[in-house]
Amino acid sequence: MRHIISILIENESGALSRVAGLFSARGYNIESLTVAPTEDPSLSRMTLVTRGSEDIIEQITKQLNKLIDVFKLIDLADTVHIERELMMVKVKTTETTREEIRRMTDIFRGRIIDVTPTSYVVEMTGPSDKLDAFIAALDADHIIEVVRSGPTGISRGEKGLHL
Amino acid sequence: MELNGAQIVVQSLKDEGVEYIFGYPGGAVLHLYDAIFQQDDIKHILVRHEQGATHAADGYARATGKPGVVLVTSGPGATNAVTGIATAHLDSIPMVVISGQVSLPVIGSDAFQEVDMVGITRPCVKHNFLVKDVTQLAETIKKAFHLATTGRPGPVVVDIPKDITDPRIKVPYKYPKKVNMRSYNPAVTGHKGQIKKAVDLLLNAQKPIIYSGGGVVLSEASKELTELTRLLGYPITNTLMGLGAYPATDNQFVGMLGMHGTYEANMAMHESDVILAVGARFDDRVTGKLDEFCPYAKIIHIDIDPASISKTVKVDVPIVGDVKAVLEQMLEVIREHKQKPHKKALDAWWQQIDQWRALNCLEYDRESRLIKPQYVIEQLYEVTKGDAFVTSDVGQHQMYAAQYYHFDKPRRWINSGGLGTMGFGLPAAIGVKLAHPHADVACVTGEASIQMCIQELSTALQYNTPVKIVNLNNRYMGMVRQWQEFSYESRYSHSYMDTIPDFVKLAEAYGHVGMLIENPEDVRPALEEAFAMKDRTVFLDFQTDRTENVYPMIEAGKAHNDMKLRVAPGTSTDRELA
Repeated sequence: MRHIISILIENESGALSRVAGLFSARGYNIESLTVAPTEDPSLSRMTLVTRGSEDIIEQITKQLNKLIDVFKLIDLADTVHIERELMMVKVKTTETTREEIRRMTDIFRGRIIDVTPTSYVVEMTGPSDKLDAFIAALDADHIIEVVRSGPTGISRGEKGLHL
Repeated sequence: MELNGAQIVVQSLKDEGVEYIFGYPGGAVLHLYDAIFQQDDIKHILVRHEQGATHAADGYARATGKPGVVLVTSGPGATNAVTGIATAHLDSIPMVVISGQVSLPVIGSDAFQEVDMVGITRPCVKHNFLVKDVTQLAETIKKAFHLATTGRPGPVVVDIPKDITDPRIKVPYKYPKKVNMRSYNPAVTGHKGQIKKAVDLLLNAQKPIIYSGGGVVLSEASKELTELTRLLGYPITNTLMGLGAYPATDNQFVGMLGMHGTYEANMAMHESDVILAVGARFDDRVTGKLDEFCPYAKIIHIDIDPASISKTVKVDVPIVGDVKAVLEQMLEVIREHKQKPHKKALDAWWQQIDQWRALNCLEYDRESRLIKPQYVIEQLYEVTKGDAFVTSDVGQHQMYAAQYYHFDKPRRWINSGGLGTMGFGLPAAIGVKLAHPHADVACVTGEASIQMCIQELSTALQYNTPVKIVNLNNRYMGMVRQWQEFSYESRYSHSYMDTIPDFVKLAEAYGHVGMLIENPEDVRPALEEAFAMKDRTVFLDFQTDRTENVYPMIEAGKAHNDMKLRVAPGTSTDRELA
């Protein structure tokens, strides 16, 4: 099953490599990984998407917790949560396709943030499956490049990961 | 007080109460060595190879419970230390390794003797640091000792660039008394509800067994474990790492378990209905085939590391906490419990265990005209009255020592259990002897292992650490040969050495005493003579039976009740008993 593990970690040099190294050393897979400092610059928030059986996910969370730099973590899959990913897609445009791409972008609630005579850059946020759906709706021949941030997430309600 | 970086390191170690540093100088640590030169409080032990430094510090730590301290230079000094760091990591041994690094401005430029020590050691340390500011140095060293010695212990590396120890840059020095790390709070006491559940399960058991490991030694919980075991009257088995935590000469002790464990220990595990696992981690050498591991048992597991629980074997009652604290809690609950262990069931269980015991699985051919390695260990046990510190290398000799030297006290058996590092024994013995100068220290080894760190014979002379090296010389890498005999139709691929040095001459060349022992009747007198030479390191080269194997054996991937036992005297086939 897919799990989104959200980690509050010391913003120290090497902290990211400890997490990444743990996954490669123990043979766990990482689908995506995003990291940035929080409102407290001494802490980073890391969101990691992985897949595995319950046993493996349990080991992953335990091994992550064991890292000295890890402060707290939560498996968002266990909670009601919101998931968002940012995507930018550069597409080739022609007279005939411009209108259709604009319409599609509207339907998916994206925005066109760069325009040239032959291309658009479409910005879109949402759960990962929505972004997948947008890409699937585009003609593959028109896609120049796709840049995705990987999902980040937050639990609903009052509770949260903090010091 | 204003000190420079090099002085800060030395002063911090003094403030930490460090007695010995095991190290080897080099370019990146010259400032540090200059600071060491100008003081007498901390004794520096100059090894002959950095691997020796880590093993010696490790031996010191295992024998005392105090952290071992290592100092190496950057580049090759640091990489040579890695095997010893990984050895300490897999056995959870407290150790602080200070490694020199090239100066901050040249880091990342492939400078002379530069390696990314923090990167290289990341998977084999509890934590590591690169010091980037001299004002952080004292606190970082404090953190290193705090991490190394608390929770589940382990090695911590502090990588110090050369310019951080620059003698010209002085900063105010104050060694922190305590250190708070907001992201590190290891558990101590166990969850009361879980302990209650565990005790209920234990007292209701019909065929219980206690399975304890190195965590009991690390937690100094031998007394509590012994008390609990005697109070319950249950059989107890120790892992290779846990030997000595419960007295081996006690009747409730059924021997070591696992790949080369006793028949009774493995059978009792297999048939048990409740297992109390204490500070043990269900290592693959213990469990054998996981699907068939203890099929009838409910398992209680006490461990300080939550990640050790249900890692390989699913347990029924997990208890996270320090073994000593949790055992104390359990003892209290048991004493106040209305229920007592089932006497009738327990009597029947012991009867069954005694039947397994009667098989005498460790018996060997005592009529042989050749020296049997088991006999050497038995004699070593008698000559040292069972009270020596015994270090070992890795292989058959290690298993013989574990099987035939009956450790009654913790911290007496010192071996590389997790990583299985050949070359560990001799430097570890030097570390042990420094910690306990008046105790008998033996290094049980083989002719292959001993050659992996033989250079430390020179260290042993320089610092006058008279250890006795018991070399079980069968002219084979015995354990490799044994596996090749069992699993590769005796194709002895590169497990044989035909240019083994003359160890007697070698020992003499290093300034020690060498003895060659070729006949069984000479074994005991040689050991007596060697141990009578209190102030000399003695290398006893025992020429042992080349064909001897370690039994019992659970071959890799087999279950506990599927043991290979010794060929009975007078028969020609293996007895494969289930």
